[in-house]
Amino acid sequence: MTSRRLTKLVARLGFWVLVAVVLLYAVFPFYYAVITSLKPSGELFTVSYWVDSLDVSNYVAIFSQSSFVRAIFNSLLVSISVVFIALLLGITASYALGRVRFRGRTTVMLVILGVSMFPQVAVLSGLFEVIRALNLYNNPAGLILSYTIFTLPFTVWVLTTFMKQLPQELEEAAIMDGATPWVTITRVFLPLMWPAMATTGLLAFIAAWNEFLFALTFTLSDDQRTVPVAIALISGGSQHELPWGPIMAASVTVTVPLVVLVMIFQKRIVSGLTAGAVKG
Amino acid sequence: MASVTLDKVNKVFGHTPIIKDVDLDIGDGEFVVFVGPSGCGKSTLLRLIAGLESISDGELSIAGQVVNDLPPRERGVGMVFQSYALYPHMTVYENMAFGLKLAKTAKETIHERVMATARILQLEELLERKPKALSGGQRQRVAMGRAMAREPRILLFDEPLSNLDASLRVQMRNEIARLHQRLGSTMIYVTHDQVEAMTLADKIVVLNAGRVEQVGTPHELYQRPATRFVAGFIGSPTMNFLPATLVTGNDAGCRVRAAGIGELALPQDTAQQVAGEALTLGVRPEHLRLAEAAGDNAFEIVNVEYLGNEVYVYLEPKAGETLLIHRSEAPSPWRVGQKVALVPDPEQVHLFDAGDRALGVATARAVA
Repeated sequence: MTSRRLTKLVARLGFWVLVAVVLLYAVFPFYYAVITSLKPSGELFTVSYWVDSLDVSNYVAIFSQSSFVRAIFNSLLVSISVVFIALLLGITASYALGRVRFRGRTTVMLVILGVSMFPQVAVLSGLFEVIRALNLYNNPAGLILSYTIFTLPFTVWVLTTFMKQLPQELEEAAIMDGATPWVTITRVFLPLMWPAMATTGLLAFIAAWNEFLFALTFTLSDDQRTVPVAIALISGGSQHELPWGPIMAASVTVTVPLVVLVMIFQKRIVSGLTAGAVKG
Repeated sequence: MASVTLDKVNKVFGHTPIIKDVDLDIGDGEFVVFVGPSGCGKSTLLRLIAGLESISDGELSIAGQVVNDLPPRERGVGMVFQSYALYPHMTVYENMAFGLKLAKTAKETIHERVMATARILQLEELLERKPKALSGGQRQRVAMGRAMAREPRILLFDEPLSNLDASLRVQMRNEIARLHQRLGSTMIYVTHDQVEAMTLADKIVVLNAGRVEQVGTPHELYQRPATRFVAGFIGSPTMNFLPATLVTGNDAGCRVRAAGIGELALPQDTAQQVAGEALTLGVRPEHLRLAEAAGDNAFEIVNVEYLGNEVYVYLEPKAGETLLIHRSEAPSPWRVGQKVALVPDPEQVHLFDAGDRALGVATARAVA
């Protein structure tokens, strides 16, 4: 009796230890960044795991730089545009790929998947030429274009899978009611596809928000930069000083919107990611 | 309200013909049921009329106008789907108003029509609910309401009752019949259930492998099936078939011999047949009499089913594997293991030629 109770206790303890390890592994870096950002520059290199004094001077410092505020605005502009364009194209493409029978449908799907497999570096120079040719260098529109290229395959695949599951008769009922394909998409399918759209939209947003390589390559001046590049280029008073405080403050600042978004869409994401696992 | 005419209508999917040369006349206000086994093309035929599938060859007219190339919304048809296919994110009211809204109907008119439809179908209490909060029968009624709200000329039903349980199905069947009496509009109804077909239809169209086997009233189909397929499909329990040979015959009647029954004098016209030809004898379970018998010609009773008001007696056949069925009112004196002779009523026997077509009753007799 007691031994059984003991095993149960050990099993429970083991479970929570495991949870603690996972939590520590996942959250500690972010936690340490938050702490660091709240330290005055003098205490930066003393190791401590608790907030001793609330010092917001780092935050004041980065927000007083107009280029950083501008970078946040650029990031928002680029990310929201990417999400909007990717969802619009994704929805319409998924209707064609998921609902209309035509020759070569599978081939198109595989090509779309294939495109997403290229590493960013491989297409960097080619894309650079494209952006120069389109006269989009040092312009947020260039970033929107290049991010959309990498976001669309995923968006189209997820939305197509989701679209395929919507019952055929629903579309036919709409046709009988006199709906055109566009009306069917916007007024019958769209309201049913929110979970999938929240998931893909959020992932597209995160990808665009965090992207660094293209943002570094395709922008030149401070007022066109996005946040990840802006953070990387924060420099100290001299070549030998790395301003950890402001960098951490900036990192925390740009992570918060993502956390908030994930919190808001948490439920939808789960139902979107598991859509297709079970009927319903 | 409108008539529907099909003239040599064909439908081909890829290289597979699904509907073959279907000719059909559906009168204004008629209740027509397409019936047949699964895969016979009955749903495809309905979808051709609805406009959800394109017609490969032939002509389809509604109210005298050829509609082959008209989209569904311009044909004036409403359709009730098997799975109901209600818009899950809309309330009952919005579901019924959707088609009217898309047709840019004035708001007051929409409200009037939806309310009128809801009154007929007793949906007034449910207008603000979403489909997921409705029972199966209620969803069924909303699906009908959505099809009716636009006041289509023709209402199409695609196996609308197959998702309901047995008792609800009988109830909804009655509601649909009463709805037809009340609206008087042309209705076309697809089902694989011959009971639904018999009880609802003014006119039944029996389909088999993409062809029309027979068109007629329920009474005609039961009394004078044109082919062996129709004879076997209409009526429950199904008709008994026995192999038989023609002994003698002319245009006034014939004599046939069947294993286990002996020679029978029948009223069928066999002027086109020659003596010795193989035929099939068809007798409904309710048109058979059993008599005690012994010897090689007797049939053995293998099972007796008691249904309360009637009794089914199953007999071991002389040829083939399908058991013969005898149906009579309860109580029945027959027990398993007894040997009996079959005595068919000659007036109720059907005779089919080698091509499974029914032989007509001799004209002199048919008038009498």
